[in-house]
Amino acid sequence: MKNLIKVISYIGLGLTLVPAFLVFVGNIDLDSNKMLMLFGTIIWFVTAPIWMNKTE
Amino acid sequence: MFKQKLLSQLNSVEEYERTPIPENKLKGWKSFIGMYAGEHTAGTEFVIGPLFVAHGVGALDLLLGLFIGNILAVFSWAFLTGPIAVKKRITLYFLLEKICGNRVTLVYNLINALMFCFLAGSMIAVSATAVGIPFDIAMPSLNDWLPNSIGWIVIVLIVGIVTTIVAMFGYNQISKFANIAAPWMIMVFIAAAVAVLPDLGVHSVSEFWTKANDVMWTGTPLEGQSKFSFWHVLFFAWFCNMAMHIGMADLSILRYAKKWYYGFSSATGMYLGHYIAWVASGILYSLFLLESSNSTEFAPGPVAYRAAGLAGAICVVIAGWTTANPTIYRAGLALQAIKPSWKTWKVTAIVGAITTSAALFPALVMKLLEFVALYGLLLMPMGAIIIMDIYILPKFNLQSNFSEYFKKNFNPSAALSWIITLLAALFFNIFFGVEVFFLGLPGWFVASLVYLISSKIIQQKLNIANGGAA
Repeated sequence: MKNLIKVISYIGLGLTLVPAFLVFVGNIDLDSNKMLMLFGTIIWFVTAPIWMNKTE
Repeated sequence: MFKQKLLSQLNSVEEYERTPIPENKLKGWKSFIGMYAGEHTAGTEFVIGPLFVAHGVGALDLLLGLFIGNILAVFSWAFLTGPIAVKKRITLYFLLEKICGNRVTLVYNLINALMFCFLAGSMIAVSATAVGIPFDIAMPSLNDWLPNSIGWIVIVLIVGIVTTIVAMFGYNQISKFANIAAPWMIMVFIAAAVAVLPDLGVHSVSEFWTKANDVMWTGTPLEGQSKFSFWHVLFFAWFCNMAMHIGMADLSILRYAKKWYYGFSSATGMYLGHYIAWVASGILYSLFLLESSNSTEFAPGPVAYRAAGLAGAICVVIAGWTTANPTIYRAGLALQAIKPSWKTWKVTAIVGAITTSAALFPALVMKLLEFVALYGLLLMPMGAIIIMDIYILPKFNLQSNFSEYFKKNFNPSAALSWIITLLAALFFNIFFGVEVFFLGLPGWFVASLVYLISSKIIQQKLNIANGGAA
């Protein structure tokens, strides 16, 4: 379960970063990128606290 | 029952303030890599990168100056702080007490606390530029020293009060939140910069260098700003954390390292925060300048919002807040060390009030480069004193740990060394026009030499007075 949440967190980080490169190569516009970044941000902050800072 | 449990939990917390770290409490590489990456990707990065642009740094000067300056900073952590940290395994404050005595340490704590207040204040101001976006308040400009609108004052007060109240409840939760935010913030910095490259005329990698020189880091300072060269960038990158590495404040962190060379883990902070994030925030600001025809308005919030939307504005608020919050808390602790009977929350409230008042003045943000350099310069002499005390004094048959050995709460050599170094720096600044960024290096040699000579004279006198016993 924890690994699945970790994967979702990393998808959130990916959504924050990757769309910017799609803007750079002209595949999406800046407004779509802003939306995807916000979506990625929400995913990261909802899921990361579940597994970060926890002692193994 | 609950109270007893809470008390036992509090009692079980052992930070080894006055004893060396035991072997079983040492930490591996991973802890330091993450800690340095998080600590150096913060609110200040939204200000420093743009200020380089405002000061007319050229593209090659920036990229090369940051590369070399950051290497020197990493080497300072690895070769100066790391070896002493693992040799002694005690905090800077405890080591200063042994060498310099309580009185000098008290002054150190006071200056440190004041510097922390100003640093936190600038971060509250940075957060306020993002919080103020929906209210359309007038943002400060590069040449503003005083608050420029009622709206600005109200927003800063709100951000400052909230930050202080959270800091009053302790450090732990904020620290955890900062850890979570750190990797995301790095992504936002990179993404925001990459996404606006087409608006700056960069449509392929091959176009980057031309536009970097012609549009981003043009080499021409904005109106009212001094011109920065390669050397400014190099020395700023090296010395912006001077208090931490050469000044030895990070002994408190690296004392947990298993090996001295864990100091190299600072490279994550230097190259993610002080390279990539500074370059990225500079790109965002150059777009703002292009679109505003070189407006002198300076507000990281709207700049990040333009590039990355709500995620960018949130990033500015969180970056400013996660830097300001622990800084207020640390300033409170530094003050509390002077009088331990003061309640932590009361001290933190007072520190928060000072910090929030300071944040009202935009000068704190606009002069952040100079302030950070001054902060390092003020505390650096302590690092020189520690190096001399540990490595050089024994070679001259002089006693290390003066205050502990001679049972004195004041080491005149340390005080002399500190005062003369700062007076020499002031002299070179006023009479020879040497900028604050370049004073740290000669200052270190002045501090070392004065400490060595004055220790020789003072210890000889003491030994004679004590009947020749050393």
